[in-house]
Amino acid sequence: MADKRMTEDEVVAELKSGMTIGIGGWGSRRKPMSLVRAILRSDLTDLHIVSYGGPDVGILTAAGKCRRVTYGFVSLDSIPLEPHFRAVRQGGLLPDFMELDEGAFYLGLMAAAHRVPFYPTRAGLGSAMLSENPELRTVTSPYGDGEELVAIPAFEMDAVLLHMNRADAKGNGQFLGPDLYFDDLFAMAGAKTYMSAEKIIPTEDFLREGPVHTLKIPRTHVDGVVEAPMGAHFTECPPDYGRDEAFQREYAATAKDPEAWAQFRADWLELESHEAYRAKLEERGRA
Amino acid sequence: MSDTTEATLAEICIVALAEAFRGDGEVLCNPMGPVPVIAGRLARATFEPDLMLTDTIAYAIEGNLPLGGDPSDAVVESYMPFRTIFDQVWSGKRHVVMGAPQIDRYGNQNFAAIGDDYRKPKAQLLGMRGAPGNLINHATTYWIPTQARSFVESVDVVSGPGNDTIASLPEATGRFHEIRRVVTDLGAYDFETSDGTMRVRSLHPGVTLEQAQEASAFELTVTGEVPESRLPTDEERHLIREVFDPNGVRNGEFR
Repeated sequence: MADKRMTEDEVVAELKSGMTIGIGGWGSRRKPMSLVRAILRSDLTDLHIVSYGGPDVGILTAAGKCRRVTYGFVSLDSIPLEPHFRAVRQGGLLPDFMELDEGAFYLGLMAAAHRVPFYPTRAGLGSAMLSENPELRTVTSPYGDGEELVAIPAFEMDAVLLHMNRADAKGNGQFLGPDLYFDDLFAMAGAKTYMSAEKIIPTEDFLREGPVHTLKIPRTHVDGVVEAPMGAHFTECPPDYGRDEAFQREYAATAKDPEAWAQFRADWLELESHEAYRAKLEERGRA
Repeated sequence: MSDTTEATLAEICIVALAEAFRGDGEVLCNPMGPVPVIAGRLARATFEPDLMLTDTIAYAIEGNLPLGGDPSDAVVESYMPFRTIFDQVWSGKRHVVMGAPQIDRYGNQNFAAIGDDYRKPKAQLLGMRGAPGNLINHATTYWIPTQARSFVESVDVVSGPGNDTIASLPEATGRFHEIRRVVTDLGAYDFETSDGTMRVRSLHPGVTLEQAQEASAFELTVTGEVPESRLPTDEERHLIREVFDPNGVRNGEFR
C-alpha cells in the first residue's frame, strides 16, 4: 500500500501558478493553515481559490496570490467580517470573484464530486447572485412543471487542501469535531487532494479515536498526507484545540496598517516551516 | 425574586421577534444574533413548544439554554451540521432570522456589500451568505436594531429578494417565498398588504407613527389603527432576564 506522507513544501511543489485550488474547512474552522502558509511563502501566484472563506482567503488575497475567488462568505466567525478580505474588496484589488449563496456553493462542490456539469437549485433566483454573476445560467426542468432553476456549475479544481484531526499514511481521514463541513465533497472534487492532519495514526487505531461515522475521507480521493500538529492554528480544530482568539485578533488588527501586516507576515506567516511556526507558538505560550 | 421593573426596548423587540414564530409548529427556528436567539428560545419556552432550535453550532437541543451557555449540558435531540442545515433550507421546514443593513419597501434586503460598485464596494459586508436560498425556500424574518439607518429607498445589492422582485418571476419560482416580519427598534412590520409593501404592524411603546415614518426613506403602509407592540408577560420577563440572558447581552445590540 502506498505511503502518501509528504511535507507541506512537497505539496506546494505539486502546485502551479494559475491553478484552481479548493480549501476545506469553514470560516475560521479547521482550515489547513500550514499548507496555506506554505503557499504564501512560495512563488505561486495567479491562483483561483474556492473556499468557505476564512483567514485562508484573507491571507492569500491580501498577499496578492489570487486572480479569482469563489466563495459564499469570508468570515473569521468570532470576527464576522474578515478584515483583510474586506480591505482587498474595498480597494478594488479583486475584480474577479464569484460570490454565491452558501448552500448553492455546496451544490457546486457536489456537482464536481459527482462529475456532472451542474446541480439545479432555486437559490439565486431574484437575487444579485444571478445578476452579478452573468456566467451563471439557468435550466428549465424537462418535466411537466417546466420550472426554471439556477444551474450551479461544477467547481472543477486542480488541487484541494484539507485539514483533518486524524489520518493514516494511506490517506484515510477522520474528523473528530462537531462538523465535517464539506470536506468529503472537496476531497472528491479535487483532481488532486492533499490532506494535513493533527496526527497520523495506524489504521487500526481509528475506531479508538471516534465512531465509524467520523471516517469520512476515503483514501481513494487523497493523494498526499501531511502530518501537521496544530496545522489548523489559529483556526479551531476541536476536540484537539479551540480557536486562538488572541492570535486571530492580532492577525485581524494588521489589516488596518500595511507595516503591521508586513511585520505579522514576516513574524508568523512566512516562517520557513511549520516546525518553526510551532516552535515560535510554544515560545509565545510560555511568554 | 423576579425582576418586575418595566420592560426594556430590547425585551420588547425580543417579544416582537418571538411573535414572528407564532403558528410555525414543527420547524427549525434559526435565528442569527443574540436578540433573535433569545426570541426563538422564548417562543419555544412559551407559546410555540414544537419549534426545533440549535445550539448555534451543530446540534438541535432541547431545553432552555442561556445565551453563551455550555451546550454540552443540553439534551441533544438531533444533529444539524451545516450540510443538514442546507438540506433543511431546501426542504422548507425552517424559519430564519437575519439582519438587514439595507431593506426597502418591498423587503428587498442587502447584507452583501454597500456602495454603487459591487466589484469595488464602499463596504464589503457578509456577502450572499444564505440569503438567496433562504428567501426563496422558506419563511424569513429580519431583525434591524437601527431602523433609521436600514430602511432605504433602494438597496445597493439584492441578497434577499423582496416581494416585488419575486412578483416579477414565474409563479412557481416564488411559491415558498415569505417575508414574515421585520422587527426594528421602533416597531414591528409585516407584508400583509395587497401590493407587497411593508406595513406597520405595531409600534413600540412611546413611538409615534410620525417618528417611525421619519426613520424610513420609503413610505410605510398603514392600514387602520396601529396597535402598540405587546409587552412581555411576567413569565417572559423572567425567562429573558433570569434564564436566557442573565448577563444582559441583549442590550448591546443597539448602537
